[in-house]
Amino acid sequence: MATRLKGVDIVIVGLGWNGGILAKELGETGLSIVALERGKPRDTNPDFMMPTIHDELRYARRHELMQNAARDTLTFRNNSNETALPMRQLGSFLPGEGVGGAGVHWNGQTWRWLPWDHEPLRRTLSRYGKSAIPPEMNLQDWGVTYDDLEPYYDKFEYLCGVSCKAGNLRGVKIDGGNVFEGPRQREFPNPPLIRSHAGELFDKATRRLGYHPFPGPAANASQSYINPDGVAFGQCHYCGYCDRFGCEANAKASAHFTVIPLAAAKKNVDIRADARVLRVNLDGARKRAQSVTYLDAAGREFEQPAELVILAAYALGNVHLMLLSGIGRPYDPATGEGVVGRNCAYQIGSGATVFFDENTYMNPYMGAGALQMVIDDFNGDNFDHGKEGFVGGGGISVSSTGGRPIEFRPVPIGTPPWGTEWKRAVKRHYNHTLAIGNQGSAMAYRQNYLDLDPTYRDPYGRPLLRMTFDYHPNEQKQANFIADICVKIGNEMGGERVDRRAAPTRYSIVPYQSTHNTGGAALGTDPKTSVVNRYLQSWDVPNVFVTGACVFPQNAGKNPTGPVGALAHWMADAIINQYLKSPGPLVQA
Amino acid sequence: MTDNKGVRRREFLKGIGVVGAVAPLAAGAAEQQPGAGHEPGQVHDHLTSAPVAGIEPPRFFTSIEAAVIVALVDTLIPKDDVGPGGIEVGVPTFIDREMAGAFGRGARMYMQGPFAAGTPQQGYQLPLTPAELYRVGIADLNAWIAKTHGGKTFDQLGTADRVAALKLVEEGKAEFAQVPPHTFFNMLLQTTMEGYFGDPLYGGNQNKAVWKMIGFPGAIGMFVEEIDHYRNKKYDVEPKSIQDLG
Repeated sequence: MATRLKGVDIVIVGLGWNGGILAKELGETGLSIVALERGKPRDTNPDFMMPTIHDELRYARRHELMQNAARDTLTFRNNSNETALPMRQLGSFLPGEGVGGAGVHWNGQTWRWLPWDHEPLRRTLSRYGKSAIPPEMNLQDWGVTYDDLEPYYDKFEYLCGVSCKAGNLRGVKIDGGNVFEGPRQREFPNPPLIRSHAGELFDKATRRLGYHPFPGPAANASQSYINPDGVAFGQCHYCGYCDRFGCEANAKASAHFTVIPLAAAKKNVDIRADARVLRVNLDGARKRAQSVTYLDAAGREFEQPAELVILAAYALGNVHLMLLSGIGRPYDPATGEGVVGRNCAYQIGSGATVFFDENTYMNPYMGAGALQMVIDDFNGDNFDHGKEGFVGGGGISVSSTGGRPIEFRPVPIGTPPWGTEWKRAVKRHYNHTLAIGNQGSAMAYRQNYLDLDPTYRDPYGRPLLRMTFDYHPNEQKQANFIADICVKIGNEMGGERVDRRAAPTRYSIVPYQSTHNTGGAALGTDPKTSVVNRYLQSWDVPNVFVTGACVFPQNAGKNPTGPVGALAHWMADAIINQYLKSPGPLVQA
Repeated sequence: MTDNKGVRRREFLKGIGVVGAVAPLAAGAAEQQPGAGHEPGQVHDHLTSAPVAGIEPPRFFTSIEAAVIVALVDTLIPKDDVGPGGIEVGVPTFIDREMAGAFGRGARMYMQGPFAAGTPQQGYQLPLTPAELYRVGIADLNAWIAKTHGGKTFDQLGTADRVAALKLVEEGKAEFAQVPPHTFFNMLLQTTMEGYFGDPLYGGNQNKAVWKMIGFPGAIGMFVEEIDHYRNKKYDVEPKSIQDLG
């Protein structure tokens, strides 16, 4: 029997970037706020201290900071003719757990998505016409444009101390920055990181080919930095232990040392770790959320009433909670009706591995999570798709994130995976190789969706989330098209050997690809095709707001955290300046 | 330990081919017969297994399993003119410790049924923890080797036969009675590489020999000056492990 707690104004489920930003921003109102995080409390000291944080086995292989699949997982199948089976161990993506969420172990790549990414439908129709869009693709606009979000992108960049160089300052294109980006009102808060040798080679080769290279936007501080809230960042050490690790220098922006302590310092904000939310409790008409039910570390059940509920878990966790709680109508792929679970998307990868002579030293272990050189010439709609026959594109980059050798030891295709010849190849190529990667967009399709599994349950008795997902020809064409460009760049770099990495034929949940799951609770302007309105408010239960990458109607060729952080601030503004003044739907259906 | 009766019994059985001729689990049972030859009033020595060369006293594997692990690691990463072998840097000990710990017990795996084979895209679906997979896989391997190589266990094969057999396991062509051979192989290869390239803290990569071979500086991680200074130059330093820095 749940212990019923005293009601509060706002309850926030999940305490990563989203929950942290919302707790801090809404905390300013003085309203009573409870923020619930399923994992442990964490702080830089003692959790991410040297030398124990530099442990590839513990953090990268055994997933110390990630979701525990024994408790939290999903089932997966490529299509609805198969029986979904549990993801029994983490692989393709690595959701975080604990205070700070996945924002503790991210790389820090903090993009503004391209203006096109926010309204791909309108712009595709206008440039190519309806025939360019495959019939099964659910291409949708956000209902929020890049220009709407620009001030919020800015706010998140300054919060994170992003190190980069502008490529479009109030409409003026600047060589050396990303000339394809939307116009920004001011320069980045910090200059770019120091380039790696691999990045230099990429810069020179892509310039010779007529492309437009620029440093990737990095929430790895290139110098010591005080953000607008007064939070101090250390300078990045280029240690090469960034993604999958916490940062011992507080150089990589994370909610756990920025927004969360600021929220926790307020008397009206109560942060509870080890608090696992099982469901949101609605009224009989399913029009109003009344409370959330959660378990504490000892397994005791509590009911926390609240006037406003904000879902700020990982993308998949939010959709799971909505389906379990009956918030919104679940998507039915047979009829195409319903919306919760629709628009499930991911990304597609391809690229080229470039092997150099033994006098070219990459020193891959000197790196930072977001240290990369990028071209956006083939991203979004930055090139003419007319004759290519696909929608979308990808960012092409050389990343210098680290050279940790359990996972990084490139060898040419065809090398045996063990024995003396394998060892010879590892030794020969370890310090003389780089990878050119395509982070390819993936659109949403009728057949790709999330729902509740009919068979498998979690340890709390709840049905697992079920993911039905596979790649479509549109994405494969895109990734193979870009793989060819990566090979061209590799050859231009002067590699002795260039191995092409083609697009995967089927999506597999086994190898790590990216923690960039999107969709399931799309934002939009039409309740028939979206779960939340342009302020991220549930169409069906207006005192529930939903944050995170689950609101993206499709995925882009860029990392998601930039727009996630911008949308969290956008939503906080809408709640403070509109919703709290007059609680109810902010957009009429 | 060498004068122990249990050891002598095992060596004796091996000498006449009994241990190698039967399935390994049965051999393990034959090795441990408490009370065998017991007479009232007589005090017996403990039965003690022979130490297995190439691995520290195991926390998980039996002595029979440990001998196979040592042989498998030696086959995957032999000592050669390129660099250190898996045995000399402690990989078998690493694997044993991992199997005795939380990873081996599947502490972070979803292990609820029903279980079905699924597609390759759906990933690992056996109802076995990594440690259980090792145990069953080694039994399958030894039974298959016994059938194809006149009653021998894998560790009793010569180098060429080991390589040939392990290729068949890798390709899924070995006849394993219980688990898919390539699933066992994947776990073996994954954990062997983790031990070989990981921090010495866990028992593998002893003396940082593997890091020295490839030129990885280890856990150091302070390259603000070096990233520019050593641009396209060799960075030649003694690697540091977590214990070196701790």
